[in-house]
Amino acid sequence: MENSLDPAPSLLEVRGISKSFAAVRALQEVDFTLRAGEIHALLGENGAGKSTLIKVITGVFPRDAGLVRLGGEEVAPRSAKAALEAGIATVYQEVNLLPNLSVAQNLFLDRQPMRFGIVREGEMRRRAKVLLADFGLDIDVAAPLGNYSVAIQHVTAIARAVDLSARVLILDEPTASLDRHEVEILFGIMRQLAKRGIGIVFVSHFLDQVYEISDRITVLRNGRLVGERETASLPRLELIRMMLGRELAETTGARTATSDRLPREVCASFQNYGKAGYVAPFNLELRHGEVVGLAGLLGSGRTETARLVFGAERADGGQAMVAGASIRLQSPRDGVRHGFGYCPEERKTDGIVAELTVRENIVLALQAKRGLHRPLSRREQDEIAKRYVKMLDIRPPDPERPVGLLSGGNQQKALLARWLATSPRLLVLDEPTRGIDVGAHAEIIRLIRELCDDGLALLVISSELDEIVTYSDRVIVLRDRTHVEELSGEAIDVTNILGAIAADGAAMQEARA
Amino acid sequence: MKGLSPLLITAIVLVAGFAACAVQFPNIASTRVIGNLLTDNAFLGIVATGMTFVIISGGIDLSVGSVIGFTTVFVALAIERWGVPPLVAFVAILVLSAAFGAAMGAIIHVFDLPPFIVTLAGMFLARGASFLLSTESVPVTAPIYSTVSDFALRMPGGGRLSAIAIIMLAIVIGGALLLHLTRFGANVYALGGNRATASLMGVAVGKMTVKIYMLSSLFAGIAGIVFSFYTSAGYSLSAVGVELDSIAAVVIGGTLLTGGQGSVIGTFLGVLIQGMIQTYINFDGTLSSWWTKIATGILLFAFIALQQGLVALARRPVAKRVGAAP
Repeated sequence: MENSLDPAPSLLEVRGISKSFAAVRALQEVDFTLRAGEIHALLGENGAGKSTLIKVITGVFPRDAGLVRLGGEEVAPRSAKAALEAGIATVYQEVNLLPNLSVAQNLFLDRQPMRFGIVREGEMRRRAKVLLADFGLDIDVAAPLGNYSVAIQHVTAIARAVDLSARVLILDEPTASLDRHEVEILFGIMRQLAKRGIGIVFVSHFLDQVYEISDRITVLRNGRLVGERETASLPRLELIRMMLGRELAETTGARTATSDRLPREVCASFQNYGKAGYVAPFNLELRHGEVVGLAGLLGSGRTETARLVFGAERADGGQAMVAGASIRLQSPRDGVRHGFGYCPEERKTDGIVAELTVRENIVLALQAKRGLHRPLSRREQDEIAKRYVKMLDIRPPDPERPVGLLSGGNQQKALLARWLATSPRLLVLDEPTRGIDVGAHAEIIRLIRELCDDGLALLVISSELDEIVTYSDRVIVLRDRTHVEELSGEAIDVTNILGAIAADGAAMQEARA
Repeated sequence: MKGLSPLLITAIVLVAGFAACAVQFPNIASTRVIGNLLTDNAFLGIVATGMTFVIISGGIDLSVGSVIGFTTVFVALAIERWGVPPLVAFVAILVLSAAFGAAMGAIIHVFDLPPFIVTLAGMFLARGASFLLSTESVPVTAPIYSTVSDFALRMPGGGRLSAIAIIMLAIVIGGALLLHLTRFGANVYALGGNRATASLMGVAVGKMTVKIYMLSSLFAGIAGIVFSFYTSAGYSLSAVGVELDSIAAVVIGGTLLTGGQGSVIGTFLGVLIQGMIQTYINFDGTLSSWWTKIATGILLFAFIALQQGLVALARRPVAKRVGAAP
């Protein structure tokens, strides 16, 4: 904390960094400043641009615009290795060391002490011992690294990075696979390194840990910088607001969901539905003509809920009902048979088939539902594709274009069309507006409302609270893999959702630890 | 140090097997038989040492048998038909085979191709080239060949340690030192552990790949010269399938086929085990020599199963710790 008080010189300055992947703008003019001797948390939801920023700084991705200064001098590493040589080291969640080599070899690979072309094994081990002792480790450095716990591997990776004269240490989700005690050890090391003047970037989605260790916080959202604050003066609620944010209000207008409509017919309901270690049992009723929003932080159980509802994951308790009858929901096939559709979050890897045309992508799910022995004729395919291209306004309106060449928003529409073609009764959308530009954003939201008006039941996950507020008839709030709150009608607003997410989070964390 | 326990098991198999053979045929336990065993398997020991580097680095080299074949033909023709002095012919073929290996390594790295395919192509290429040179067996009558054949160190008990056995032992010892004591050796292990990670940690992956395949082909070239000493002839069909014998020796010697673990000493023991089986069959006299292959096959299978078991054992505690993620 004391570091944030004195005017520490900036060690790493990132100015105006932009980076696009095809049509998707992953980073837009992002600034980031790291001072010597501080622990700086870099926060944001999935897709906010944290990892892209790290990879641009460390030269894994080339940048489109902007500059990086290290200790006042401009640096432009072309590879992680070059970044390391410049003094920027990164330790990822999956430790990037070699488990088959000894701890000592891992620490000194490619720079072992030599004599007459022979590695001085004894000298290397002695140095490794001394180096690790600095980090409070006293282990057999001749044993293979893979014999040790993830925590020790992490510390070894950090020791290597620091010994390579790193001035900037980037830790990407270092605590995700550590237990509480190991986290304490790691934090101790981080504090010690900070005292030595090393600047540490700490990426994590554990907010309690962020408050425990960091001096300063920078928040990214949708590839843009939201702000930089001192941790001590940033209330948790304000932090969550920064992460989930409000910026869509001007493009989508006020809340359009009307809750004064007549109670709708129940489409599907779930009682005590859940899976141990995945999502706590929940009750959920989805009605025709209604949008239910799922809100919560990254890792709170939103996607997990969606996967259970669709059948992509098997529940270990509770029952699912459709039209009053109990159903078996053990695989995505079951889900499709009962008229469910699921547009996953990772459009590129789980959704579209980039090499196939728009038409082929659209008819995919319908064909799968009909079975291979009842092929859709080319004429039928053309008709279906044409209808949805027109209805969803997919651009360019060419059904024979490979989907991979479309922009993110249009890919999302093609994916939506795929499920609409199966005439589903329930559609689950996981982050439907992720990674698409603002214009397409508003359009997707309009589509969601329209589909709902046509009687479809919708379950929508989004990190954009304004967006959820705009189209939801009801909002389920999740925290720590539990459904903690259901809001409906007038109660749906950003403040209430934020309140539910933030509520006694710290107290709960302590209770668990 | 690395892969100690598989190495230990290989050593036990060798000692126990040898003891069993000696019980049935007491004559086996003589320096004479051991000397012959080393001589008969000299080329295999050399080529398997190179193969050890390749396999530990996570690759495979299927071309070595063909390189041996090509070498014997090239050397025989150079000396007998083209009138090249033997030593010049040896240097020329070593340069040629090293360049051949370097080219394969470069192709593997630059085009990011599987070593299996590239060295398979290399295998056809080298074998085809040796047929192009000559389809018949070319006897070598140069004086150096009889000098080398006649040279031998006397061992106590009447055994003879031939020149080619000495070359093999020197290569094995040199290979072991190179693998276990140098930075190059450490990098070989690093590459086999994880290429991408090794690259991130500063290992020049491209250069290493070229060097490793160069080393393997160079050793195959030396093995080819040794083979031509052994047979006093060059023949394009010689050493067919030796690449597989050497892979078997490497695996029986405790080297992980997926890379990252293994030792040259283990490979040497693997070669000795194969030679021992062969010797046993020779002594027995009634068994077909193909029983060598069958016994090798069974051993190979047993060792791979054993390694999988050891690897699974080693991984278990780690698997338990993971999964406690968010």
